[in-house]
Amino acid sequence: MRQFWIFVRKELWHILRDRQTLFVLIGMPVAQILIFGFALSNEVKNSKIAIVDHARDNASGELINRLESSKYFEITDFLNSDHEIEKAFKKGSVRLAVVIAPHFEESLKHENKSSIQLIADGTDPNVGTTLVSYASAIIGDYQNELLQNTKLPYTIKPEIRMIYNEQLKASYNYVPGVMAMVLLLVCSLMTSVAIVREKELGMMEVLLVSPLNPFFVVISKTVPYLIISIINVVSILLLSYFVLEVPIKGSLMLLFAESILFIVTSLSLGLFISSNAKTQTAAMFGTLIGLFMPTLLFSGFMFPIDNMPVPMQVISNIIPSKWFFIIVKSVMIKGLGFASIWKETLILLAFTSFMIFVSVKKFNKRLEIA
Amino acid sequence: MFAITCKGISKSYVNKKQTTKALRDINLEVNSSELFGLIGPDGAGKTSLMRILATLILADIGIATVDGSDVVRDFELIRKKIGYMPGRFSLYQDLSVAENLEFYASVFNTTVNENYELIRDIYVQIEPFKNRRAGALSGGMKQKLALSCALIHRPKVLFLDEPTTGVDAVSRIEFWEMLKRLQAKGMTIFVSTPYMDEASLCDRIALIQNGRLLAVESPANIRSEFAGQLWSVRSKNMSRLMKDLKEWAIASSAFSFGDSIHLSIKGQRISASDINNYLSVFGHQQIEAQQIEASVEDCFMQLMSNE
Repeated sequence: MRQFWIFVRKELWHILRDRQTLFVLIGMPVAQILIFGFALSNEVKNSKIAIVDHARDNASGELINRLESSKYFEITDFLNSDHEIEKAFKKGSVRLAVVIAPHFEESLKHENKSSIQLIADGTDPNVGTTLVSYASAIIGDYQNELLQNTKLPYTIKPEIRMIYNEQLKASYNYVPGVMAMVLLLVCSLMTSVAIVREKELGMMEVLLVSPLNPFFVVISKTVPYLIISIINVVSILLLSYFVLEVPIKGSLMLLFAESILFIVTSLSLGLFISSNAKTQTAAMFGTLIGLFMPTLLFSGFMFPIDNMPVPMQVISNIIPSKWFFIIVKSVMIKGLGFASIWKETLILLAFTSFMIFVSVKKFNKRLEIA
Repeated sequence: MFAITCKGISKSYVNKKQTTKALRDINLEVNSSELFGLIGPDGAGKTSLMRILATLILADIGIATVDGSDVVRDFELIRKKIGYMPGRFSLYQDLSVAENLEFYASVFNTTVNENYELIRDIYVQIEPFKNRRAGALSGGMKQKLALSCALIHRPKVLFLDEPTTGVDAVSRIEFWEMLKRLQAKGMTIFVSTPYMDEASLCDRIALIQNGRLLAVESPANIRSEFAGQLWSVRSKNMSRLMKDLKEWAIASSAFSFGDSIHLSIKGQRISASDINNYLSVFGHQQIEAQQIEASVEDCFMQLMSNE
């Protein structure tokens, strides 16, 4: 056991003396959380819109006020004719144009109907749809107020609630995703590279010719990364709670326990890669292509899995970060307990034991000649 | 009891359907407390044999023992009693000299203090730099540190794979003096080197070429078995001299050795004037010819051409 801790200490020295790498390891999750939280948000805020008001009456003025005062829109252009709309779009200055028909208030009051045209810039379909739905909601609200006194028979009014995330904050999705990504990167990439480095530089040759159990050497390399990963989990959670204002609804202890389980899963993946890779470059590419890309694509963090073709959905099942992503979302955002995530936990556990088993089996007591 | 024995060791590597024979039927025995040299050019199979004995790789066929233990069956036992220094200095570049040494001591379940006496001669030279990182040491210093690390657990048999490759001449001499002192303490040392001039420093040597042992003898015996006469020849035009000597019917071989050409004559005895006469015909000037004792390298060349 004394030897084990000497190995761990030696490994810590390696990490602590390589300041640049250490800085990246600790700084990366902070940067990623901030970048994903603020810069890469696909929420729509303060979008520039143009108004063509043919009516110029009280009702249209009130509607424009409401659009203006919402945080989603910023009216930059008041246009006089429909021709100017296209010009404004071509300039790229506005993303949505609201055209109010002539005699807006009059026809609304007397004929109980009136029309508003919404023209959105469809080059980015997601943003376009979002803008249109925000604008429709504002217009709908206004209409309801106007018609409060008039009795309309049989109106069906849908009440929409986005549960767990009322404000549709994107960071609710990013935080669990970034967590999965960072842990995978730190644990799998760093451990596999660290182990393979020992092989590549010939240290393994000497360590093998010693009374030590060589598997010992490998396991001791994972301990410092376990510590760094726990630091990362804490910093990600602190940042997301205090800076991105993502609540932690479920049990913090459960969240921690599950994170540690995923860290161990990632470490076992690192072990597996290192038992196959012969050079540091191979280990690095193996992790990036074999783990990092699938995590981005198949964990459900960037692209919803339900929308994928069936074969892809099947593949996504073998990506451990998918299960971790579900666990974090359930515990952190939905506030669910262990009862609802035991299945995912079990999958991660099984996956981890399998990886460790294969790595131990594959581990060579003798030298592998490249 | 022999410290090391090899019986019929063969090893080949298969790479992309191409089989490379690294070792063919190696037989040798190394006595206890012997300084034994494995000598041969790059690619001769030195590292493969070293690794088989150090239990790092398995031979295809053959039996080998180290300190009486079988390298395949009792590899764990062997790993406890040997020291091994691979060709590349396997030091942690980002750890200091003292940290490297302490680390290797703890790997072998011992401490630096326990065996300090054994490494003292070597370690005093690097001790002034003990807080320096190993990566910042000179080649000779690294080599001394690597040797200290390989010695720290007082091994019975020490395997050194090309320890002097890439080390300057002065450090090489010092290094061999250290090996002699270790040997005097009863350690068996099995060292490989591509430098023929180091051969005479060993008690016995094995000459290896293309995976085959050419001879296993003491350096003196190897030299005395040189067949025929050996001449060191120089003239004004060395490149023509080489060509002309090679074409001489009675010459069995001619190869350049430093700034002269070593000419070996088999089957008859000649004198310096015979060489002078032969070369004058080709218009050579300032001819110097001297009969010399064969060095290990000359013997190696002769054994190689006999193969």
